[in-house]
Amino acid sequence: MTLHADLGVDRGWFRLAAELVVGPGEVVALLGPNGAGKSTALRALAGLLPLTGGHIRLDGQTWDEPPRVFRPAERRPIGVVFQDYLLFAHMSAVENVAFGLRARGVGRAAARAEAARWLDRVGLAAHARAKPRTLSGGQAQRVALARALATGPELLLLDEPLAALDAATRLHVRAELGRHLRDFPGHTLMVTHDPLDAMVLADRLVVLEHGRVVQQGTPTEVARRPRTDYVADLVGLNLYRGTAHGTTVALDDGGTLTVATPATGPVHVVFPPTAVGLHPEHPTGSPRNAWRVTVAGIEQHAHTTRVRLDGAPPVLADITTATVAELRLRPGDELWAAVKATEAHAYPS
Amino acid sequence: MVPAALGLAFLLVPLVGLLVRAPWEALPQRLFSASVGEALRLSLVCASLATVVCLVLGVPLAWLLARGDVPGRSVLRALVTVPLVLPPVVGGVALLFVLGRRGLVGQYLDAWFGVSLPFTTAGVVLAEAFVAMPFLVISVEGALRAADPRYEEAAATLGASRWLVFRRVTLPSILPGVVAGTVLCWARALGEFGATITFAGNFPGETTTMPLAVYLALETDPDAAVVLSVVLLLVSVGVLAALRDRWISGPS
Repeated sequence: MTLHADLGVDRGWFRLAAELVVGPGEVVALLGPNGAGKSTALRALAGLLPLTGGHIRLDGQTWDEPPRVFRPAERRPIGVVFQDYLLFAHMSAVENVAFGLRARGVGRAAARAEAARWLDRVGLAAHARAKPRTLSGGQAQRVALARALATGPELLLLDEPLAALDAATRLHVRAELGRHLRDFPGHTLMVTHDPLDAMVLADRLVVLEHGRVVQQGTPTEVARRPRTDYVADLVGLNLYRGTAHGTTVALDDGGTLTVATPATGPVHVVFPPTAVGLHPEHPTGSPRNAWRVTVAGIEQHAHTTRVRLDGAPPVLADITTATVAELRLRPGDELWAAVKATEAHAYPS
Repeated sequence: MVPAALGLAFLLVPLVGLLVRAPWEALPQRLFSASVGEALRLSLVCASLATVVCLVLGVPLAWLLARGDVPGRSVLRALVTVPLVLPPVVGGVALLFVLGRRGLVGQYLDAWFGVSLPFTTAGVVLAEAFVAMPFLVISVEGALRAADPRYEEAAATLGASRWLVFRRVTLPSILPGVVAGTVLCWARALGEFGATITFAGNFPGETTTMPLAVYLALETDPDAAVVLSVVLLLVSVGVLAALRDRWISGPS
């Protein structure tokens, strides 16, 4: 009852080689930068792109195993919510939702009744006869979800389901999508590059970079212990690789950091940008890491200022606007960065 | 301005002249005379049949050119448009040498099935279809290329077979192109002269379509020629108006 996929797609200039396992009722988010192969993976699972190696199996049935087996999209029990929904413009909302049922041989009246029930479930009963172009982005997303779920698929694939929505609608639609995903008994795979969508909606994250899985785990695990620069950037942490001897870690790219818990061997060290203090002179006091840095860039975020600093090691610091004013920061300024050992966490690579 | 005005006059004055010269009072009577009626009926039937042939063969061909995975697609596309620029009479000669009783294909049609196409009504339909099909293919192919294939993928993920996808998703999205192509194709078939007279000859009631009748009547009965011409002109204007109102200026 579990989806086992060993996705191999070789397109010459790009190779996808990723293993995915999705249990029943589980929501897995496939996270990665642009060009990582997320869409290729989704298309392969949907049957829109044949594998060149590996296999896709669900429930004892093989969907794809080159060169012998390939089940095309129309013969897989799937539902797909596409990034820009791809609702059929010449059909009303209810006809869109009924399409999959009709295609699978359900009679006209029964299909329409079932489609109407699904529209009701996503709160769009009043818009059943509306043409897609008259629907708002949030409404179109819900019709697309209803259309994908109406056929009772075993595998639900979501391609950047919230990317086309504005920030205000997104919050609301995300919460609602989460509710439907919790009710859905089948397997769900969601492709996204938005860490928040992934953290909120998924039970497990799989991070894809350059066609390979670089990290997977629960949202909490991934957020606390990123393993690549991309993931660290997503979850907003400073990440370093190094070798630990007790509480001292010699970093691969220069510099050393003191951490709270002793370790040995290759480790990752992380701390949040808010844990970094900036000082004009060498800071004194409690045991902390302190090193010379040069201001490389300053970005204003909502309530904090993010400072990019070069040094050994380079570091991101979030400081208050008051501190910015006090230090009169300008690119090129030389400062001391300080991080308490208790803020720096090391874990084995 | 002057050359432009001259150009406009050059295009319009002959048509106006035709209308001025038309025997308007006798028009209804002549229109329903046996010979005119016969040519008109034959023309409408043959042009419509030719259009059906073009639709049945042309839409799949357009699909192949737009979506098919065939080598040398650009060459194929160029070949399809050859009948557009080819003098129709050359098309007629070519058809005669291929489908004629001693032709490349025609000899087998004759020997195996006893079918002879030249100088028959079926020959008229073939000649018209040969000349008119590129109009349909180009129009439908353009619409197919403009249509987003991801909608077809979405339909496939919903369990729709290829045929259902084509019928319920592709066809509605390219319908304006198909309709425009069909109307153009039909109008071209209706006016076809060169290929028809070469391949099908001129037998009243069997292969004498309107354009042929116009040409013949010009020598014996100029009034009849004018009447037939006015009818063809009205059909052309009607086609143009229909296309511009509904399809050429885009969906309203």
